Amino acid sequence: MAVEVRIPTILRTYTGDQKSVEANGASLSALIDDLESNHPGIKERLVEAKDGSVDLRRFVNVYVNDEDVRFLGGLDAPVTDGDQVVVLPAVAGG
Amino acid sequence: MLIIDRATYDGIVAHAKRDHPDEACGIVAGPEGSDRPERLQEMVNAAGSPTFYEFDSTELLALYKELWAREEEPVVVYHSHTATEAYPSRTDIGLANEPGAHYVLVSTREHGNKDGSVEFRSYRIVDGQVTEEEVTVVDALPPAPTSQGEPDGR
Repeated sequence: MAVEVRIPTILRTYTGDQKSVEANGASLSALIDDLESNHPGIKERLVEAKDGSVDLRRFVNVYVNDEDVRFLGGLDAPVTDGDQVVVLPAVAGG
Repeated sequence: MLIIDRATYDGIVAHAKRDHPDEACGIVAGPEGSDRPERLQEMVNAAGSPTFYEFDSTELLALYKELWAREEEPVVVYHSHTATEAYPSRTDIGLANEPGAHYVLVSTREHGNKDGSVEFRSYRIVDGQVTEEEVTVVDALPPAPTSQGEPDGR
């Protein structure tokens, strides 16, 4: 078993146009590292280094089982086999 | 070119006027790959600001799940500028993440909530490049092509 990760249109260049891919990891951060190993370049689009630590980019939303990970501990959010992860860029502007 | 029906056009303009002086935002959904803006979906501007807009993250997920279930995509992504021209700001360009969408900008700077014309302009925003396109308003979208009995090539 693995975790299904739904990839938004803008990031499908990294997944060979696949709408969803599988990944493994016990936390969101481990899951993103696993994604990166199979789809190099994608991690940089999801996270950024800020004040010496790594965090989700401000305008990227990630959901685990429909819950925004910002309410689940961010990159530390636990992930279990069979979970559904969705990545959605914010729709925002000025 | 963006082809949009009058009712949807008027709906976007009415939303922008109603929310002035805050920015209004939303999408018009249509079948994947159709380029037909069929279903206007107003969104709440979670930023509640005259200079910024952002879909609420929970509503954003609900919106996309509905789109996926209906095999739709955002054909138009719209928002208003309330004090400046209807041209994408640097922030708009940096955060434009739907390369297939028509980005519609409406400016309410001239008449605010009151009656009167608004600027209504449309753009493609791909890899930071902005290309303005013509907007054609029609009484009704032409009938959708029917897709019965697609040959499967075997």
